[in-house]
Amino acid sequence: MNNIKLTIDDKTVEVAPGTSILNAARTVGVDIPTLCYFKLGDMPIENRPGGCRVCVVEVEGRKNLAPACVTECTEGMVVKTHTIRALNARKTVLELILSDHPTDCLVCAKSGNCDLQALAQKMGIRQLHYTGAQSHYRKDTSPSIIRDMDKCIMCRRCEMMCNTVQTVGALSGINRGFMSVVAPAFEMDLEHSVCTYCGQCVAVCPTGALTEVDHTNAVIRALADPSKTVVVQTAPAVRAALGEEFGLEPGTLVTGKMVAALRRLGFNYVFDTDFAADLTIMEEGTEFLNRLTKFLEGDKDVKLPILTSCCPAWVKFFEHQFPDMMDIPSTAKSPQQMFGPIAKNYFAEKIGVSRKNMVVVSIMPCLAKKYECSRDEFKVDGNPDVDYSLSTRELAMLIKQSNIDFNALPDEDFDNPLGESTGAAVIFGTTGGVIEAAVRTAYELYTNKPLPRPDFVELRGLEGIRSATIDVDGFDLKIGIAHGLGNARKLLEDIRAGKSHFHAIEIMACPGGCIGGGGQPLHHGKLDILKKRQMAIYREDAAKPIRKSHENPFIIELYKEYLGKPLSEKSHHLLHTVYFDRSRSPILIKSNGKCE
Amino acid sequence: MTKYKMHVLVCGGTGCRSSASDLLLENLRTEVENHKLSNDVKVLMTGCFGFCEKGPIVKVMPDNTFYTQVKPEDAAEIVNEHLIKGRKVTRLLYENPETSEHVGDSEKIEFYRKQLRIALRNCGFINPENIDEAIARDGYQALGKVLTELTPEAAIDIIKKSGLRGRGGGGFPTGLKWEMTHKSKGDQKYVVCNADEGDPGAFMDRSILEGDPHSVVEAMAICGYCTGASQGLVYIRAEYPLAVERLRIAIAQAREYGLLGENILETNFSFDIDIRYGAGAFVCGEETALIHSMEGLRGEPTVKPPFPSQSGYLGKPTTVNNVETYANIAPIILKGAEWFSSIGTEKSKGTKVFALAGKINNVGLIEVPMGTTLREVIFEIGGGIKNGKKFKAVQTGGPSGGCLTEKHLDTPIDYDNLIANGSMMGSGGMIVMDEDDCMVSVARFYLDFTVDESCGKCAPCRIGNKRLNEILDKIILGNGTEEDIDRLRYLGAVIKDTSLCGLGQTAPNPILSTLDNFMHEYLAHVIDHKCPAGKCKSMMKYSIIPENCVGCTACARNCPVNAISGERKQTHFIDSHICIKCGACIERCKFNAIVVN
Repeated sequence: MNNIKLTIDDKTVEVAPGTSILNAARTVGVDIPTLCYFKLGDMPIENRPGGCRVCVVEVEGRKNLAPACVTECTEGMVVKTHTIRALNARKTVLELILSDHPTDCLVCAKSGNCDLQALAQKMGIRQLHYTGAQSHYRKDTSPSIIRDMDKCIMCRRCEMMCNTVQTVGALSGINRGFMSVVAPAFEMDLEHSVCTYCGQCVAVCPTGALTEVDHTNAVIRALADPSKTVVVQTAPAVRAALGEEFGLEPGTLVTGKMVAALRRLGFNYVFDTDFAADLTIMEEGTEFLNRLTKFLEGDKDVKLPILTSCCPAWVKFFEHQFPDMMDIPSTAKSPQQMFGPIAKNYFAEKIGVSRKNMVVVSIMPCLAKKYECSRDEFKVDGNPDVDYSLSTRELAMLIKQSNIDFNALPDEDFDNPLGESTGAAVIFGTTGGVIEAAVRTAYELYTNKPLPRPDFVELRGLEGIRSATIDVDGFDLKIGIAHGLGNARKLLEDIRAGKSHFHAIEIMACPGGCIGGGGQPLHHGKLDILKKRQMAIYREDAAKPIRKSHENPFIIELYKEYLGKPLSEKSHHLLHTVYFDRSRSPILIKSNGKCE
Repeated sequence: MTKYKMHVLVCGGTGCRSSASDLLLENLRTEVENHKLSNDVKVLMTGCFGFCEKGPIVKVMPDNTFYTQVKPEDAAEIVNEHLIKGRKVTRLLYENPETSEHVGDSEKIEFYRKQLRIALRNCGFINPENIDEAIARDGYQALGKVLTELTPEAAIDIIKKSGLRGRGGGGFPTGLKWEMTHKSKGDQKYVVCNADEGDPGAFMDRSILEGDPHSVVEAMAICGYCTGASQGLVYIRAEYPLAVERLRIAIAQAREYGLLGENILETNFSFDIDIRYGAGAFVCGEETALIHSMEGLRGEPTVKPPFPSQSGYLGKPTTVNNVETYANIAPIILKGAEWFSSIGTEKSKGTKVFALAGKINNVGLIEVPMGTTLREVIFEIGGGIKNGKKFKAVQTGGPSGGCLTEKHLDTPIDYDNLIANGSMMGSGGMIVMDEDDCMVSVARFYLDFTVDESCGKCAPCRIGNKRLNEILDKIILGNGTEEDIDRLRYLGAVIKDTSLCGLGQTAPNPILSTLDNFMHEYLAHVIDHKCPAGKCKSMMKYSIIPENCVGCTACARNCPVNAISGERKQTHFIDSHICIKCGACIERCKFNAIVVN
């Protein structure tokens, strides 16, 4: 098809058929403001309901104003984006949205990071000409996410993320007219819904309607309590994004400064979740090799492919949506939850601190981790293995509140023994990383030969579903990778239908993996930021002296001193878990266990 | 085959049924049997006659005797007097309100004289639950003709040439719509009937489906043949149980006769129809919202293009037409495009069904040629304004339309004239207002409706219309300012300019058209703090004229809130802070001592 020629603000534009006015305008430096519109780079993640009407422009010959985000360019179209008619309409619509919004920006969690606030500033809104009733809804607090729908502007970004991208289906538009809002079915609490707490809704919410549960105060209290030994673990994706909160370029690695900041905050031991990631590879990798060996020996009942289990949102997803397949994922706990019992048993014993006097805090790119550490099976007599999980954003806030000049900090190293990690652990932070780490170890354990090269570039990238065949000394190991739960669903449905040919599949709930987690600094739809974080992760891996989990000397020591060997009885007790069928909503189940 | 000498037709529409016409039907049948007239007289239930004001209706054929407001207990008299003795029951005949004469022949009733019934051709003539009666009135002949004599292109051409435009409100040329779907590529296409009628007071589609469901079934099959679709879907609101039931029966009978299903009339064409129920959301009358609702999604519109003819139900090419549009198809095919296009005005061909309601003598359903004037509809067919009051305005186009006034009465009704005068055709609701109606309150009534029915997707409709409503409330409570009137105009214009779908784009119309035509009423509210029609309670003040008051205490004794004080034989006093303006005092005062201003 031939290109389309049109005029936008007196500039001639040539675009492919199907291009929206918004995108055509951007090619000639005309930046039409948007609000509900959201697109994550070239990923198939796009929200354009045409609902906010902020992007309206004047099109010659058209009766009413056209929403630029959903109006396709046509040949000879003449578009004016800042006529007085378009400008006044845009301002009035924005004023209307603000008139149904609590103007408590000074105390809003999103202040300074809010698209609505930024747009109001950009448009120079100084007065609301139309005020009146505001819509009010019950505030809903779950273990991970707070919904304050008084601040919802019905952009539907969260709904698009939850339904189209993640295929979770926890959120949708309900009610009519002025009381329209996005909510779980029957306006039930998020906690009772199928929500996985992946936090992607929070990551795209333009206002303060969806935010994380804030645990910073609890952590401050623990740090101030002299009777507590406070141990912190930091997930791999945090170090690749935390700098953004302090004005550093995306992709700047701040591992050393982060460790220094945590030490200055008063944590007694600054450890690394990466250590636990290496441990995960030992357990999960061994479990995989066991299953694979049985399979190759002709065992028809063995469950293959094995699925990774380090992402708590993914775990909750299959517990809700695929309870018939709960025996397929690895039983290995996530690195966060492996770290907890190792800290509160092995390490606590080592330093002579009782369990109740040790507080384990995790710094995570994730909101589901908050929920994960609250799960009952991860507690001993009510005492959780991991006490508090803070997001990357919360850590930044904590550092700022504690008057620490982050950028001026020196680089410092993690403490030992739970701070040492390999390059394999670092790449857990990106899609494809867990499986690459597993392959590095599985290869050597399976073949008893040294790996020719640790980099498996065929497993890297940002495609939603990827697959690769790895030559393991003559055996074709078939690997699948999915990030985003919608992509995971496709692979799971293939497995259920018996069409899957993979031996192992890595699944991460968030687009990009943990680097794009719901607790990371907001990317505002800029895919470049995710790509730079991913590159930073691979840089950190390449720079590590040890790049295979099974070569981590402290892991070797841990097995020698304490656990015995992977999948030992002690390992099973501390490092493996069970899954629960959550296919029925708890509020729909009566005491007799039957669905109403 | 039995040849009956007489037919007694009893209206079985929702309106008459709610006035016990089903019991009346039973009683008539029993009486006929008791008098052993069953071989000569057939009593049957039909669809709506349209003259709902005077229901339940009973019509005796062949002499066109039109009985009105018939009660179940009148059955014996009708049978004894009329059927046996040949004497019409005068007291049940329609009475001309002007001359007080009883009219024996329905064709002489003013209500019917100017009507031309194409879409309603069978309503009130046939038993809608019997396909044979539909077939006896040429039902399915057009389908036969199309399948055996015409190519899809040729049939579409007839519809195009007829000038038929969508009767749901938009007025899009039907033939063009069919042609677009016909030309769209797709392994599966759909034909959808939009029966999600939702305008306040409108019941055109319900009556057609209740009175002649086969006209819709047949037309959908014709549309399927023309566009290449094998599946039809009727989206109907579940609040229309009778229409749903009759449609269901009609579809089953058509299947039984081989007029739906595989290889219809032994041709290669296969087509079937399913019913989808709507939950009564007004916005689902918008075709994209309707399609989403059928797909199980939230009933809310999406931006067009893509049009349903390109990507509709389940992403497949889909033709969505309104019930009344379909009801016009078969006659066009049978009588030709020229016949149809000879009726109406230059750009609006054929007839239009209207639901007359409000302060009008003959409330009911009418069908008139396009180009009929409002005066003819309101004063001739509609019989003028109730209780001899003065005509003030008529709202056409439902909540999306506008008010037309005295000066518009001689405008011929068609799509373009109504729009030019600040209103619209809409689906055919016509609500008449008299001198007692406050136009600010009328505007608020319609806006209340759209505010409730907005899907909430786009900001201008969701919030803007709410704000308009709040400003109207302020004016009605007597707190409005002249600036508020400017705000109504400005915000109304922005909402029209920026809303996503037709609902939002037209929601401010009732305000804008009343501002155009009744500015003086708005000004009276905001400047004088008075409601000229005396409707807005907040602005009324009850007081006692001392010269007239004799101190009888009747008012004080009957005031429910003790707002009136005064000794016996002394002048009384109303405390306006306590008074709730209920009017009980005025009713009791025999001395005209209480005034409202």
